Amino acid sequence: MRSIVVAFLTASLIMAANVQAEQKTDVDMNFRLDKIVEQPTQRSDSNSTADHSKFEDLKVEFTSGPEVTKACLKCHTEAGHQFMKNIHWTWTYENEKTGQLLGKKHLVNTFCTNSRGNEGMCAQCHAGYGWKDESFDFSNQNNVDCVVCHDRTGTYYKAPSTTGNKACSIMFEGKQSIDLTKVAQNVGLPARENCGGCHFYGGGGDGVKHGDLDSSLIHPDKKLDVHMDEAGLNFACTQCHITNKHVWTGSRYDVIAKDTEGTGKPGQRRDVATCESCHGLQPHPVNSLANIKLNNHVDRVACQTCHIPTIARGGIATKTDWDWRTAGKTKDGEGYKEHNYTQGNGVHRATYKSIKGDFKYGENLVPHYGWFDGQMIYTTIDTVFDPSSGPIKVNRYTGSADDENSRLWPFKQMHTFQPYDKGNNTLVYMHLWGDDEDAYWGNYDFGKAIKIGMEKNNLPYSGEYDFVETYSYWPITHMVAPKEDALACAECHAKEGRLQGLQGFYLPGRDSFHWLDIIGLLAVGLMFFGVFWHGFIRFVTHKARKQS
Amino acid sequence: MSLRRIMLFSRFERFWHWTQVLLIMTLLFTGFGIHGFHDLLDFKTQVSLHTAGALGLLVLWVFAIFWHLTTGTWRHYVPTTNGLLKVARFYVYGIFKGERHPYRKAYWRKHNPLQALSYLALKLILFPAIWISGLIYLFYPVWGGAASGETLLWVAMIHTAVAFAILMFIIIHVYLLTTGESFKDHVMPMINGFDEVELTKEEEAYLEKDEPQNIR
Repeated sequence: MRSIVVAFLTASLIMAANVQAEQKTDVDMNFRLDKIVEQPTQRSDSNSTADHSKFEDLKVEFTSGPEVTKACLKCHTEAGHQFMKNIHWTWTYENEKTGQLLGKKHLVNTFCTNSRGNEGMCAQCHAGYGWKDESFDFSNQNNVDCVVCHDRTGTYYKAPSTTGNKACSIMFEGKQSIDLTKVAQNVGLPARENCGGCHFYGGGGDGVKHGDLDSSLIHPDKKLDVHMDEAGLNFACTQCHITNKHVWTGSRYDVIAKDTEGTGKPGQRRDVATCESCHGLQPHPVNSLANIKLNNHVDRVACQTCHIPTIARGGIATKTDWDWRTAGKTKDGEGYKEHNYTQGNGVHRATYKSIKGDFKYGENLVPHYGWFDGQMIYTTIDTVFDPSSGPIKVNRYTGSADDENSRLWPFKQMHTFQPYDKGNNTLVYMHLWGDDEDAYWGNYDFGKAIKIGMEKNNLPYSGEYDFVETYSYWPITHMVAPKEDALACAECHAKEGRLQGLQGFYLPGRDSFHWLDIIGLLAVGLMFFGVFWHGFIRFVTHKARKQS
Repeated sequence: MSLRRIMLFSRFERFWHWTQVLLIMTLLFTGFGIHGFHDLLDFKTQVSLHTAGALGLLVLWVFAIFWHLTTGTWRHYVPTTNGLLKVARFYVYGIFKGERHPYRKAYWRKHNPLQALSYLALKLILFPAIWISGLIYLFYPVWGGAASGETLLWVAMIHTAVAFAILMFIIIHVYLLTTGESFKDHVMPMINGFDEVELTKEEEAYLEKDEPQNIR
């Protein structure tokens, strides 16, 4: 009897501990949960000639990140300055074609809206140490975080650089401390979980932003991604996003929507991450009429359109709708969450958070399709718009059926209601993160959060805010399915197919001249009618003649 | 002049005719399927069959044109107004009165004037329209890049319109098989090649002497 009681008490204690652990680790905000990287993935292409655990410079007790970086730079003398040109460091991208200043440092998005001013939280995904405000030194190469990308132990993680309001900071408590020496001695080429540590969690949680990037790609099977398939090709991100002096290819700020060069000359192209750079410009084997026809599609249809039939296929949902208008509700003065969505892998996702508002999710989603020439036009913080003219596209892809450099591309479409400056008709920066009276996350006051968010960056604010409906578009290029799962022709070549809403071009099977069909069918009908009566009269007159 | 059964549709002509029947039926079926009138086959199969059928028909037509030119058979299709009205009148009136068909097939004139005119129109207008528009359609990737997205729409429209016209031709063509003595009498010549033709003495003598296998 006593043993039963002891067992029961022990079980209860373990359960209580689990519940507590669950509360601390929020799946909607779990940047590199320890359990995900318990087993680091193996890179199939590593052929390093050095064992970093044998380097004397790394056999020391490291107490801070910059110390590790200093040690790295002793041998990798150019790596620091090379990396400082990388967008992962600058968070700035100046688009030469449009003149727009882009990058996380500047943009407003349709999720948590702005990292600008919230670096204390958001710069967890900056590949540097200690960016919390405008005082961060971007010219000090010791601030580069080498190990966040090169750690191969799976134990390294980043935490917010400042303590936010307790409503949020609780999520980052109780994490294991990092053995920096062990990490430094076990560096290697980045694998999926390194890049994924941030890119799988964009938008504030697993799979939230992209739909084609989430933690299911750490250990994917072939069905989920034919290239990253752990039991097969087991590609790391950088096998497509090839690098040259610490700058890599395949930025969504500068998309190559149509690669006309293909595999290029002997040797490897180092300038693009396109499908064509490996598969060539005639990617289907020329052994049947159908395949020749498929190759004929390459000029107008991106590979991704057919070969990524749906997104968020790995059991992890992506966010499709975000409504900031309902944020700020409290229970007994405290913020709360509701978890009313259960995703494919069984995990419950928040459908309401006081700090963010209401969400909707999608899995196995059919993407949104559009003509894309690779150019994105952003509604930036200084773009004035007319809120009465319908939803605002925070980023808008350009391209058209008439433009031979455009191809049909899949996108994840995100639908949001977010705050804007009602007087100036611009988007706003919000002061979300902070242990102060104005931060939205903790105080739930949009008025204050916007006022401070704008003030901090010397931006005009009318003092009046409202909510505007927005859309954003994320080009889809990951979760490439095996060829047998590629779209069948009739998915698009049909009256009510996937491209139903796209105009300005003739799509066989979908389009027809309605009046031509009517005239044609009428004429054929009349012909039948005519020969029927001709025959009938012949029959009747023949009979009549016979009788007489 | 005497009425004799002679070899009127040579082996190649019959092969041409029936292969054309098979291919045109396949093309109409898959073409209207691709157009969206039915989905009895999946789109990929329809497109493959349609393309293969079209290429096959083009090859057949190359041979047929060569055959028409080298054998002189093209002369059967030279249009004439001589007797045209009589034949037309027969089909809209005389046929109901039980009149005899006004036309007699001749050795070098196996089609009646109305028939010759409609076959000529089929060969010179409808067939070229369908294969030219079809080839432009098929080779869209070659020119499509520089063209407006709407251009294909006009090519497709012409192709579809001609397909309707060819279907109408087939309906009347098959119906007219029933207008003779019997359906079988009209079909058999295209199967065994022999048909009744009014021969001149010279023609008859020539055939009996030099091509006895072609005259019964």
